[in-house]
Amino acid sequence: MINENEMKLEFISKSNNEAFARITVAAFVASLDPTIEEISDIKTAVSEAVTNAIVHGYENTLGMICVKCKIKDREVTVEISDNGKGIENIEMAKQPLYTSKPNLERSGMGFTIMESFMDSLKVESVLGVGTKITMKKTIKEQIKEEQVSLEEALRG
Amino acid sequence: METKFFENQKLLIFKITEEIDECKAKEIRRRADYEIERFMPKRVVFDFDSVTFMDSAGIGMVIGRYKQAAMLGGEVYLANLTDSVRKIFAMSGVLKLIKEVKLYNDEEMTENERKEKVRDKDDFTEEKEVSL
Repeated sequence: MINENEMKLEFISKSNNEAFARITVAAFVASLDPTIEEISDIKTAVSEAVTNAIVHGYENTLGMICVKCKIKDREVTVEISDNGKGIENIEMAKQPLYTSKPNLERSGMGFTIMESFMDSLKVESVLGVGTKITMKKTIKEQIKEEQVSLEEALRG
Repeated sequence: METKFFENQKLLIFKITEEIDECKAKEIRRRADYEIERFMPKRVVFDFDSVTFMDSAGIGMVIGRYKQAAMLGGEVYLANLTDSVRKIFAMSGVLKLIKEVKLYNDEEMTENERKEKVRDKDDFTEEKEVSL
């Protein structure tokens, strides 16, 4: 039987919701028994996307951010969307070290981190309408110790 | 964040105890800038031992303090990086710019400096923590 699950989370664009969003996604994914590194990667990617929505999408005004999370078998899909101002040039925004707000000590590493910490990243954006980020990551099956020793025993 | 300043060494240590994201980085930044201006340290160490989460906000925060300290004649170091924190710093090239050091007793920094201090024992034993 395929393991399937789904959730949706909506919250306003306040920066203290960044922690709320990533912790909730991490808790949702926990059923797949991910490693600490996998959980940390997902939390970081979610944090980057939510921060982008707050800082760039809404430019610190209030709006709703929606986080949808799906589990299908061992694949996690996280979709983060806002109804903010949108991204003018997605390719440029994705460049490492590029930031549209350099005066605010931004590193310009958000998309680079999302891209390298997750298996895939899709960015869809319409100016004046909003942005949707879709990220996927497959959680590897952890081989349990008993299983290993059993396999070794079978091999002789 | 806990702050410790060692007058003799002009050493300022920030032990970060919060998760570092956009939200918390603002607070850390404000507090760190205040302390750096107040003490004018030669060396500033960010201790990541208690940091359970960091995203790219940490990169800007550290580089910003590096510039701030440099302007006032000091240098920034990083200590006790966890695997996930190191991964983010390494990816952004921060580790090429800012050195990683080991903190021995909070009071000591690199191995070389520890040797120096052992040689200079009197000075070392007299060292007192400045209460904040």
